[in-house]
Amino acid sequence: MAKAKPRVKVPKSASAGEVITIKTLISHKMESGQRKDKAGKVIPRKIINKFTCEFNGTKVFECDIDPAISANPYLEFTAKVAEAGEFKFTWVDDDGSVYETSKKIEVK
Amino acid sequence: MNSTTFKWAGLLTAASVFAAGAAIAEPDNNTLVIEGQEMVTDVAAPEGSPLSRVYSGWRFRSPETQAFEMDDFENPAFPAVELGEALWNTVEGEAGKSCATCHEDASETMKGVRASMPKWNEKRGKPHTLETQINACRTDNMKAEAWKWEAPNMLAMTAYVGLQSRGMPVNVQTDGPMQSWTDKGKELYYTRVGQLDMSCANCHEDNYGKMIRADHLSQGQINGFPTYRLKWGGLGSIHRRFSGCMKNIRATPYKRGSDEFIALELYLASRGAGLSVETPAVRN
Amino acid sequence: MKLDRRQVLGLTAGAAVLAVSGIKVNPADAATDETKKKIMEFTGGKEPASGKIALKTPEIAENGNTVPVSVSVESAMSGDDLVQSVMILADGNPRPDVATFHFTELSGEASATTRMRLAKTQNVIAVAKMKDGSVYSDTKQVKVTIGGCGG
Repeated sequence: MAKAKPRVKVPKSASAGEVITIKTLISHKMESGQRKDKAGKVIPRKIINKFTCEFNGTKVFECDIDPAISANPYLEFTAKVAEAGEFKFTWVDDDGSVYETSKKIEVK
Repeated sequence: MNSTTFKWAGLLTAASVFAAGAAIAEPDNNTLVIEGQEMVTDVAAPEGSPLSRVYSGWRFRSPETQAFEMDDFENPAFPAVELGEALWNTVEGEAGKSCATCHEDASETMKGVRASMPKWNEKRGKPHTLETQINACRTDNMKAEAWKWEAPNMLAMTAYVGLQSRGMPVNVQTDGPMQSWTDKGKELYYTRVGQLDMSCANCHEDNYGKMIRADHLSQGQINGFPTYRLKWGGLGSIHRRFSGCMKNIRATPYKRGSDEFIALELYLASRGAGLSVETPAVRN
Repeated sequence: MKLDRRQVLGLTAGAAVLAVSGIKVNPADAATDETKKKIMEFTGGKEPASGKIALKTPEIAENGNTVPVSVSVESAMSGDDLVQSVMILADGNPRPDVATFHFTELSGEASATTRMRLAKTQNVIAVAKMKDGSVYSDTKQVKVTIGGCGG
């Protein structure tokens, strides 16, 4: 499969103190380690195991992810925005790869 | 067991499976709005159709599955669409071209393409599906390698190109040089095959709206392909779905891209004329 | 008429569908030992109370590969009234772990949504751990349809 591709949806702006909804999705097969190939051999586990969202360097939300999360992991959560700044999103793969993306938000 | 007994057993199996779900009939009444655009999921059947109305498969799904398609962010097919967009602009092959070199802005030039596929191609002497059209461009114009039917890049490209027709009514040519292909597709649709001795019509014309074991049977419309199926955990082509159906009735599937599947794709598209293109749809 | 094996199989399949649609399932099946162990590890041995936490799942999942799951916990999300973590467990999976959400004051609300795999019809359990040490849980049964058509 092609390299995991993160997508995030964050409102462009919010009023100070507003709680906004953030949606994230990353393309990833999430091989559970429970499946077998045609030869009957277990296909090794390879999943995204951790997701983190930070705002201006402070942790907002974090998720420990297990193999029971579906392919192309989707996460939706909230954030309270007090000031303008940047959200940073990080996904960690079993193989050590780290996928990152960020989104700016303005405060009206 | 002799073959007569065998067929009888198959019929009995089919009859009992359908009968069990007779209590749940018809598609639901939900309205499909994607990113503010309302889709036609229920329309009067085209002239000559054995159906009175045609319904998108979306109308037969559970509210949770339906919701996945109503928001482009929540639709899990969209990372593939983004890949398709990137490939559109990627130069490949000895001619040093990308899709965009000739076709520029896909949102302008690819509008309506999915809606009218399969389409007659004089040079080829047979209809093009979206897949064969893309590969013809790649090999003839870009001097690049053809993609396999179900390759991730092909699915990404058919999804991206198909999306440009989203909301437009399915409208394929069935007369002229397409007449014999439509007829051939129709014949395949009604021919019983496989150990279960069933045709497409047995499920999707005679029994849509009922439950086949735990599954709510649709009319088998193809207006949302390539479709993200939860079962597949990814996108798949129309021909992959045909292949799966044939395996279910214990028949040997035709090959993806075969004349049989192209004819069937054309005939099915004509049966769903007027439904909105929903590419990339989400199904169970 | 003499029934052969195939005829019997066919009839049985039909009957099974009827049984599924007509049966009442007890939603409060006791959790497996492994699930209980996971909950106790998470709560530090405390038995979770009911209330405060709401778990939302479909009653029937058309496919176990992608089942939406949402959780929300009543909380001011500031000072001592803060939800630290919510663990989601699927009692009937080969391994019960699904995900654990960790919230902060910046979360604003203790709510999150994801999509999970369920191997069969089973109970899904959410357990919330608050900053003051109290723990709450909610359980929902999800019926997973297996034996649908589709290739």
